[in-house]
Amino acid sequence: MHIVDGALSAPVLATGAVLSIAGVAIGLRKLDYNQLPQVGVLSAAFFVASYIHLPLGFSSVHLILNGLIGLTLGWVAFPALLVALLLQAVFFGFGGFLVLGVNAFNIAMPAVLVFYLCRKGLQSTNQRTVAIWGVVGGAGATCATTLFVALSLALSGDAFLLAAKVTFIAHIPIMIIEGFVTGAAVVLISKVKPELLGITD
Amino acid sequence: MPQNLEHSGSSWKGQQLKHQTSLIDRFDARVRIVLIALFACVVVLPNSLLVAGIGLLIGLLLVVLARLNMKRIFRRVLAMDMFMIFLIIMLPFTTPIKVPADILFELFGLQASRQGLLHAVLIAVKANAVVLALLAVVGTMSATQFGHSLARIGVSEKLVHLLLFTVRYLDVIGQEYKRMRRAMQARAFVLRVDKHTWRSIGYLIGMLLIRAMERSERIMNAMKCRGYHGQFYLLDHGSLAARDYYLVALSVPFLGMLIGMALIL
Repeated sequence: MHIVDGALSAPVLATGAVLSIAGVAIGLRKLDYNQLPQVGVLSAAFFVASYIHLPLGFSSVHLILNGLIGLTLGWVAFPALLVALLLQAVFFGFGGFLVLGVNAFNIAMPAVLVFYLCRKGLQSTNQRTVAIWGVVGGAGATCATTLFVALSLALSGDAFLLAAKVTFIAHIPIMIIEGFVTGAAVVLISKVKPELLGITD
Repeated sequence: MPQNLEHSGSSWKGQQLKHQTSLIDRFDARVRIVLIALFACVVVLPNSLLVAGIGLLIGLLLVVLARLNMKRIFRRVLAMDMFMIFLIIMLPFTTPIKVPADILFELFGLQASRQGLLHAVLIAVKANAVVLALLAVVGTMSATQFGHSLARIGVSEKLVHLLLFTVRYLDVIGQEYKRMRRAMQARAFVLRVDKHTWRSIGYLIGMLLIRAMERSERIMNAMKCRGYHGQFYLLDHGSLAARDYYLVALSVPFLGMLIGMALIL
């Protein structure tokens, strides 16, 4: 899901950076100093979890988990994901520097959207309802991220249109896997530690 | 699927990347971060293959200067290139062709354009230049040094604290994850493409988060016990040495020259 430096046009880069800064500012305002250890440790857990590779056909895919991040952190997903992307760019060489804003927005905004969309459904006492909203959250966030990535490519030039379409189609299996995994995780969390869902609300 | 493939060439070692001390480490971290940001702008924003090419050479030079492990860097950069490879392969075919003279070659009835190929090369060169420079100059700092310098440059302290916390617990949570995976393996769990695998991994991630949350409660209690009241102190007050000023005095005109080249050529 990382776009590399050099592919996007300057207006797209600038828009992404501005939107990300706004999102991070909102997230930081919602983040109390007392919650720092909580969010820091959770964001480390998400970082580790996103390195789990699941087999798919002849290759393997890794999860983005931005749906689950959104369901637990809400707006704080913005700073948490920016930190993760920054670490990945600087220490692991994934992504790039100027495109950081676009990447952060593409991954964190769906997380926030899913947070508002699924918040009610997750409070249900019926386990089936919780699972369904978890699946919707996981698959929906990945779907939105893929759309945003495709859109940032498409806005950067007509030459990228086909690439944008291929990106979306290639990610449909990942959306399905992400939905199942997030659904299962949400069911477990709502049983064992329900306060983990929406802790910064 | 073999165990060692699961972390696809980019696993971290402990809390920092081990590397030999080099010339680059002698400069102030803030200067390094700011210069790399400027470098990225100069390389990425103009659409000049010459400037991007010079940027790539500088990136390689920096990697040599930083005495990074070539094999590891090569693997990392290759991993990034695999990300964009299909974009680059497709670009020559998807760029609209205006004059027939621009057609480079034909493949299965698809026409590849000269501009598209140039564009693809340009993207690849830019991306590699920035990543190499980033890994060599910023990636060789310890994460703590990186966080503190960000705070000194003016990045929000809350964000920096979040970064420091994340880095601090990456390895701890990573160990926890490995322990849980080993327990699953001991019960003959094998990753497959089915609902059972996905549900189990979902439970694994859920449990990882719950344990992380409970760990953070213990951390918070321990911190409160030591008098934490919502503020960290950044203890290092690094000051710029003469060599940092020389570096700035040398590199800023050089970057300016690159911009000039991009504008004129």
